[in-house]
Amino acid sequence: MKELTLETMIAVFEEIFGTLLFWAMVAAAIAITLAFLWVLLRDRGLESRPLVWSAVLAPVGAVAAVWFVQWVTASGLADLGGPIDWIVLLAIAVAGGGGLMLLCYTAQALIRGRRAG
Amino acid sequence: MARFDELAASRRRFLALAAGGMLAGAAGAGAPAVAQVSTRARIVIVGAGAGGTAIANRLAGRLDGAEVTIVDGRREHWYQPGFTLIAAGLKPAPYAVSTTAEWLPRGVRWVEDWAAEIDPEAKTVVTQGGTRLDYDWLIVASGLSLDWAGVEGFSLDMVGENGIGAHYASPGHAARTWAALDRFTGRGGTALIQRPATEMKCAGAPLKLAFLADDRARRKGTRASSRIIYAAPQQALFSVPIVAEKVRMLFGERGIETHLQHTLRSIDETRRIATFDTPEGPKELGWDFINIIPPQRAPEVVRNSPLPWADRWTDQGWIEVSQTTLRHARYPEVFGIGDICGVPKGKTAASAKWHVPVVEDHLVAAIQGREGTAVFNGYTSCPLITRIGRAMLVEFDYNNNLTPSFPGIIAPLEELWISWLMKEIALKPTYNAMLRGKA
Ligand SMILES: Cc1cc2nc3c(=O)[nH]c(=O)nc-3n(C[C@H](O)[C@H](O)[C@H](O)COP(=O)(O)OP(=O)(O)OC[C@H]3O[C@@H](n4cnc5c(N)ncnc54)[C@H](O)[C@@H]3O)c2cc1C
Repeated sequence: MKELTLETMIAVFEEIFGTLLFWAMVAAAIAITLAFLWVLLRDRGLESRPLVWSAVLAPVGAVAAVWFVQWVTASGLADLGGPIDWIVLLAIAVAGGGGLMLLCYTAQALIRGRRAG
Repeated sequence: MARFDELAASRRRFLALAAGGMLAGAAGAGAPAVAQVSTRARIVIVGAGAGGTAIANRLAGRLDGAEVTIVDGRREHWYQPGFTLIAAGLKPAPYAVSTTAEWLPRGVRWVEDWAAEIDPEAKTVVTQGGTRLDYDWLIVASGLSLDWAGVEGFSLDMVGENGIGAHYASPGHAARTWAALDRFTGRGGTALIQRPATEMKCAGAPLKLAFLADDRARRKGTRASSRIIYAAPQQALFSVPIVAEKVRMLFGERGIETHLQHTLRSIDETRRIATFDTPEGPKELGWDFINIIPPQRAPEVVRNSPLPWADRWTDQGWIEVSQTTLRHARYPEVFGIGDICGVPKGKTAASAKWHVPVVEDHLVAAIQGREGTAVFNGYTSCPLITRIGRAMLVEFDYNNNLTPSFPGIIAPLEELWISWLMKEIALKPTYNAMLRGKA
């Protein structure tokens, strides 16, 4: 790779997902993060009940993310060859688990609305 | 270290941008960073493959008022790195097929015909249909031609039957190669995988096919009843010594037999016998599966022109360009991009991706009456698949030095899942971004 600039990375991501889907995904990720920050401010901190539920779902997100990547790339756990592979696997799991947790927490908090008192 | 800093810097830029209103960057993404140059220059590009399409897009963004014409008789665009995946049953044939037209920028004229004559003295290109194109600047990006007649007894209509494969020929032939390889790996027997004595595009491709054949046979439980033979005319498995040694070790581990100094001369389809020229004389080997990669040369239109080297690769006809600037040594208004270049390394799409900005720099500078500064260092890259799910990133330069893109992060000569992921997820998108002039 000659140089890894932001432009190149965006161009490659646009090719991977299609321009529309890629930017829709970026927008969705930003929207969810903003919504999460908003409920955080609104509730002045994390609420314990939605947190428990979203924490329960986190491992599901982690496993699903790893499974999805391996399914798309026709590979499996036996293919992990070096430390960087384990780091990548962990990163995928954390992204999947964290993402689902964030989404789930935010959705619950939004649906429940502001807790009285 | 410099590259790592660059990477870290671009990551920091990325994070900084992500933090602060990243959508602002969206509109300008991929737009040429440098100012447009006004010119009335007539530029002809021969070949609309990987290199020709990419430079057409770059020039369309960089030049204002230039008359850019691209000549190619092929309506289909082929993503050739996909051929190996098709031949291993990992992708269907349409995976590698798009159209030439969809990648070409507006403002560039496409002459849908084959260049039949290049006259660098008169500065003209004449097509088979008789169209005459006068140029001020010529970019030769014709790729190379596969000399199927160079293997006696073989013709392309044999592919798919009698255990015969030839995955270099086209996406369809790659799919038929998989049909033959699939049958072989289901039953066992002897597989012959070879490469030619000439220079070739993607010297890693036959190695990958050998690894993939081994993996497929293992997964089907027929490896114990199979012999996989890799035959090469050279004295080593790869031109870069450190890579050759690694491949030798892996072949040893996988039980892939190596026959060096074996040049395929002919095949006998009915007896399933291949004859190789060796230092000890002709040698016959039987096959249940054979993949044929023929000698490779410059297309006839180039070989018949004054552009090739007079004293190097005389049987192959690669054009005489400077190995650092890719500008022709005798005709300064001629540049080469991609496989056609007579340079010691770099017949890969990854190299073509590096050729493009170098030629752009020197061409635009020349149009402005300046000297360009960009240098091509021989960068060649090949994600060497060693089994389904793992690959080694192999990147090197003219000096046989390894030039890893991610030093300290992704080890170059290690079989890794991350290298496979990058190949699976990012390689074709990166190639497509290159075609658009964005990578
Ligand atoms: C099986 C296989 C696997 C590969 N794997 C990899 C890989 O993993 N990584 C990698 O980087 N590279 C790989 N490559 C190599 C890569 O595809 C080529 O190096 C790259 O396409 C070269 O680009 P190019 O523009 O020089 O030639 P091409 O992309 O081949 O394009 C040449 C164009 O010129 C046109 N043309 C030919 N003659 C004429 C004429 N007379 N007039 C007009 N037009 C003409 C052709 O129609 C074609 O469109 C592989 C190649 C093969 C075959």
